[in-house]
Amino acid sequence: MENASTGAEGGAVQARSTMRVTLEVNGREHALDVQARTTLLDALRDRLHLNGTKKGCALGQCGACTVLMDGERVNACLVLAVMAQGRHITTIEGLRGGDGLLHPLQRAFLDHDGFQCGYCTPGQIMSGVGCIEEGHAGSRAEIRQYMSGNICRCGAYVNIVEAIFETAVGTRP
Amino acid sequence: MGAIGKPVARVDGPAKVTGTATYAAEFHPENMAYAALVHGTIPRGWIKSIATDAAESVPGVIAVVTHLNAPRLPWKPVDAAPVDPGEGEQLRPLHSDEILFAGQPIALVIAESQETARAAAALVSFTCVPSDGAGLVFDRARARPPSDGTRESYPAEWERGDAEGAFASAPRRIEGSYLQPRLFHNAMEPHATIAAWDDEGKLTLWDKSQWVDNVRDQITRNFGLAEDEVRVISPFVGGAFGSALRCWPHVTMAAMAARIARRPVRLELTRRELYTAVGYRPYTLQDVKLAADEDGRLRSVIQTAYGLTSAYEDYGEEVLDPVGMLYDTMSARTVYRLVELDTNTPTPMRGPGAVTGVFALEMAIDEMADAMDMDPLEFRLKNYAERDLKKDLPFSSKALRSCYETAALRFGWEKRDPRRRAMHDGNMLVGYGMATAVWPAMQAPASVRIRLFANGTAVVRTAASDMGPGTYTSMTQVAADRLDLPVERVTFELGDSSLPMAPVHGGSMTMASVGNAVAAGCKKLRDDIARLDGAEDGEHPVETLMRLRRDSFEVDGAAEPGAEAGTHSSYAFGAVFAEVRVDPDFGTVRVPRLVGAYDGGVIVNPRTARSQAIGGMVQGIGMALMEAGEWDDRLGRVMNANLAEYLVPVHADVEELEAVFVESEDRIFNPLGVKGIAEIALCGVAPAIANAVWHATGLRIRELPLTPDRLLMAEQAARTS
Repeated sequence: MENASTGAEGGAVQARSTMRVTLEVNGREHALDVQARTTLLDALRDRLHLNGTKKGCALGQCGACTVLMDGERVNACLVLAVMAQGRHITTIEGLRGGDGLLHPLQRAFLDHDGFQCGYCTPGQIMSGVGCIEEGHAGSRAEIRQYMSGNICRCGAYVNIVEAIFETAVGTRP
Repeated sequence: MGAIGKPVARVDGPAKVTGTATYAAEFHPENMAYAALVHGTIPRGWIKSIATDAAESVPGVIAVVTHLNAPRLPWKPVDAAPVDPGEGEQLRPLHSDEILFAGQPIALVIAESQETARAAAALVSFTCVPSDGAGLVFDRARARPPSDGTRESYPAEWERGDAEGAFASAPRRIEGSYLQPRLFHNAMEPHATIAAWDDEGKLTLWDKSQWVDNVRDQITRNFGLAEDEVRVISPFVGGAFGSALRCWPHVTMAAMAARIARRPVRLELTRRELYTAVGYRPYTLQDVKLAADEDGRLRSVIQTAYGLTSAYEDYGEEVLDPVGMLYDTMSARTVYRLVELDTNTPTPMRGPGAVTGVFALEMAIDEMADAMDMDPLEFRLKNYAERDLKKDLPFSSKALRSCYETAALRFGWEKRDPRRRAMHDGNMLVGYGMATAVWPAMQAPASVRIRLFANGTAVVRTAASDMGPGTYTSMTQVAADRLDLPVERVTFELGDSSLPMAPVHGGSMTMASVGNAVAAGCKKLRDDIARLDGAEDGEHPVETLMRLRRDSFEVDGAAEPGAEAGTHSSYAFGAVFAEVRVDPDFGTVRVPRLVGAYDGGVIVNPRTARSQAIGGMVQGIGMALMEAGEWDDRLGRVMNANLAEYLVPVHADVEELEAVFVESEDRIFNPLGVKGIAEIALCGVAPAIANAVWHATGLRIRELPLTPDRLLMAEQAARTS
């Protein structure tokens, strides 16, 4: 019996020529050539060298690549770079205020030891900022539900929830 | 300054919350190309043909490498590192047409971008001829003793007293079989390697590694290089839990690709590839037999473990180490067997072996207590071991009694109704369960280089790693403490094989190994400065340097295990208490509360230590309730090789976690008095939860994970019987 296969499931995909896009990331515009299939995540990491946005699965399952697009949290691995044109992208590198100080949630992560290895941390923080903005940080239970798209394998969840809850309370009008 | 024992905030925290901590895939050497892998689809056989022209014709593709055109590497023999199996040989990637497991890499595409490399990889077509191999079905009838090299560490049989005789004649007996499925580390950072050769033929690897020195040594041998021709850099590791102990085949392939492309190449594994390119905790089946006297004294513990291994390497682990030492039992016997499958080789995962063995033993102990009509905690205290009866040595320290008492008190164990299915909260069944945790404390030789500057700062360097527990921070504290400097004036550097030798960052031994080397180095530095001409008694070494107009002073320091290993037995201990809520209609289990108390020796940083402990609890919730690699024994593949189908705990699964470190120091084990806390934090969590589920429901489910289908089927079986 013989067993014939191609190298990946989903069949062959022909490479196509690149196209020029302009991405606005953290208030700065970047012109770059991408393929239609280039994700926002790969554009950020491999082209713009903005390493803070992490690649954990590239399948929209772990949340490590969470960024804000027009203020809403998205998995950058599920957004094509071409779809991000004309949108305001905010990554962890753009979270500091104009004064250069850490965002209150970044400070809260330090205060509550909201991480160990640090790999999911930028995604947790960006997601936490979105969670607070959405008004979904009213209680620890609510935060747990609305942060469940961000996996932390080191298991810092209770510390992350405390950091978000404290920040949400502190920033409530 | 007394920095040891202070809850110092992580020194690398600011880098991690701002996204500037740089992990392996995030270096950007100039002109870097990108690699993607093609995988075989059959579990055993040969590659008959492989066609690469379609992939090669894709614009942007630099090269396609297969076993037909890969460079012939010298593969000089490697002395098995302690992280490698005792027998067998690791897969040599792209080395021959032989296929040893489904998912084995059979081609590598190098391209100008990651997207192009991956798309072109899909265009590589091949045919394979399947052959007979070890097989795909885990069948205990095919079990065999570990081979000679494995048996040295993990004996096939061990016995104290006449365990079977004692079992046969004891008045109270229980026995059961326990299954733990294949578990995957699934650290958030995928494994990645960037390889770059320079004009002189020297190789630099940016790699995800828990042991840069080992990666250097193995790559040196694979490529026939000299030790100073390979440098491995790994400043940040995005979690690993054991998956980055070994030097895996993809590291060799990255270096191979960079040599072919004549430019730096990055090989970053996909999440799916992590289920075949690195190891996993092996599927393990265990039989446990316990016997006791009428008064609750254990007479016999007999535990047999059948662990999975690959057909090409003999992987063993310390599943049965706790048996015979954890309780004061008159006799004990262990039997260890391996079952070969055509699959990739298992590897240590947090608490390797002990977590598996303790899961079965601690569930059985709970069943025995129930059979005796005794409180599970009382039963354990009744059989408390004051001495390691297995090694016949005194413990260098043991505060397990204090762990039991502390955790029981914090948990409110006295509120437990001893009857099963007796506690409720509305419609929910409530259960309380507990288990013991144990992990051997270990130390390995380590070395450091310390430079003290006259401006009152110090830099400490060693080739250690920090996969998340806080090596950077805790070592900074040890140095600050011993040099009498503020923490912020000390810098600790790690993760570079050009730095002084450090042991593997695993087995909970970094603090005991590297920590004591830092302390010894600091002492040597102070002693040497105090002996300088013109040094004055009692002055701080910085004052001496200033007065003598020396800019700085450097020493090398080292530490290694002392003679105590032959005279004492050293273990970390813990006690874990769990509360569960079980929905009787849906069979869903929630864990609203876990309390753990640990005897880990001196705690250098209670803040990072707590994070490590509660992190272990979270992984334990995963092990108890959701984690399992679902093996297809016709195709030889793990079917749920992604984070949507291999479930791990998320925020919504975790509520209250409490970790307490009891008063403990072990100055016999090592001068710092530390024992290590990484593995112990996962050990015992799953059986505590399983025992709580039994208490809540009366259902004794001996297969992990405790998913709703298993609960409902057990419930149905209980009703019909």
